[in-house]
Amino acid sequence: MTAAAALPGGTLLGYPRSDGRVGIRDVVAVVYLVECARLVADAIAAGCSNPDDVHVIGFGGCYPSPYAQQMLERLCTHPNVGAVALVSLGCEGFDRERLAEVVAASGRPVTTLVIQQTGGTRATVAAGRAWVDGVRAGSIGTPAARTAPIELADLVVGTICGGSDGTSGITANPVVGRVFDRLVAAGGTAVFEETGELIGCERHMAARAVTPELGAEIVARVEKAAGYYTAMGHGSFAPGNAEGGLTTLEEKSLGAYTKSGSGPIHGVVTPGQLVPAPGLYLLDVVPEGAPRWGFPNINDNAEIAELIACGSHVVLFTTGRGSVVGSAISPVVKICANPETYRRMSEDMDVDAGRILEGRDGIDDVAGEVLDLLHEVAGGRPTASEGLGHTEFVLTYKSSEPTGPSCLPTVR
Amino acid sequence: MSGTTSPATLIRLAEGDGVLVAAQDLAPGPHRTSAGGTVLVRERVALGHKVAARDLAMGERVVRAGMSIGSATRVILAGEWVHTHNLASDYIATFAHRGGER
Repeated sequence: MTAAAALPGGTLLGYPRSDGRVGIRDVVAVVYLVECARLVADAIAAGCSNPDDVHVIGFGGCYPSPYAQQMLERLCTHPNVGAVALVSLGCEGFDRERLAEVVAASGRPVTTLVIQQTGGTRATVAAGRAWVDGVRAGSIGTPAARTAPIELADLVVGTICGGSDGTSGITANPVVGRVFDRLVAAGGTAVFEETGELIGCERHMAARAVTPELGAEIVARVEKAAGYYTAMGHGSFAPGNAEGGLTTLEEKSLGAYTKSGSGPIHGVVTPGQLVPAPGLYLLDVVPEGAPRWGFPNINDNAEIAELIACGSHVVLFTTGRGSVVGSAISPVVKICANPETYRRMSEDMDVDAGRILEGRDGIDDVAGEVLDLLHEVAGGRPTASEGLGHTEFVLTYKSSEPTGPSCLPTVR
Repeated sequence: MSGTTSPATLIRLAEGDGVLVAAQDLAPGPHRTSAGGTVLVRERVALGHKVAARDLAMGERVVRAGMSIGSATRVILAGEWVHTHNLASDYIATFAHRGGER
């Protein structure tokens, strides 16, 4: 087994935070608290003197949402975030005072710009730009602020697959599985998703759970997901899957499941719940109870935001057909499963896992490359999507309840 | 560690797997596997489709990447294409029933 092999590189330097976590980026988050404030937030970020590390996130709804509140609290106090500017129209339902208090309590610089009080669009944009430029004139976002020693095993690494095809489950997803095996064996932390795409894998996952109670929780949560997606009218197996060589529902799920590797599963978390300890975790994205808000996640970026809110410093994104997205807050590493897609879209990709199909390298070789790249990205090297300016962010209405002790047996 | 000497056209995802995955469109004939052996492929098989790594009994659980992906609905000989004509889900029936209850 290579699972216990040492992780690459030595000690890195990251950005220290008051909660003990360490960031690998020092983003200034400009946060709109209702769609009506979004243009002002976009203009603040775009007009700063150095807009690269200024990311716009936010929530479009006017009605209060405990889920969105929790998500934005987690994201604004994420270790990759160094300072936060809240942009409020003034009359929306979002609890901006609470969010500002949470950010301030974390020791980060925070300001709240209320458009209706500041004097409209132009005045708020000017005030926001001045504040962002002010915090960045301090140490925010400078290499000198990287003072906290970290190793790869100190990072939380998330994974997602999107734009999958017949090659995803053969190349890029097993590569991520091997990366996770090595990370977790070395004391690292990894998060995979999502219950709805793991239907058919629940017994196998349960057998990997560190306790029987956790195994039973995993089975129950996948059954919940099956019911939820059925209620959404979401088909489970399309003709195109069979054309691509997938024969059964469980085989289709298996393709996504291989991202989780082969090691013990230590727990289950839900969106906005911090991964509490090192190990391998399943992110259950499907809400409890009867479906209320529509699909659990409307697209890949909604799920990436949840992985980041759980603490992911970096997200490994496997794609066969060729997704181009990145994310606000945390770097996204694009691992391309299909060699033809890679040749067509190489500028958008970080890793060519499709070469496994052409016999040019094996799964372990590409996994080693991903670990080396993770080390460099943690040290500041931009990913392909970062270099192209991708900072997508999606947050919609949803409900989410944190899991209890039966889902987190390693936490005392 | 995996070998990189000669391109394998059949990928074995995990030790003990009953099926191999075609790394490209395959013609009938001998094909190298990523595990180091050779399998005589009996028919044309497309990229991403599966080939039996060894003889599989009727009713045998077919394992890919260490996990069952269903059961053989008839005897499958080594090198045969494995797809919906000889492999069926052990799960879809349960899933459909569960969905129907709601």
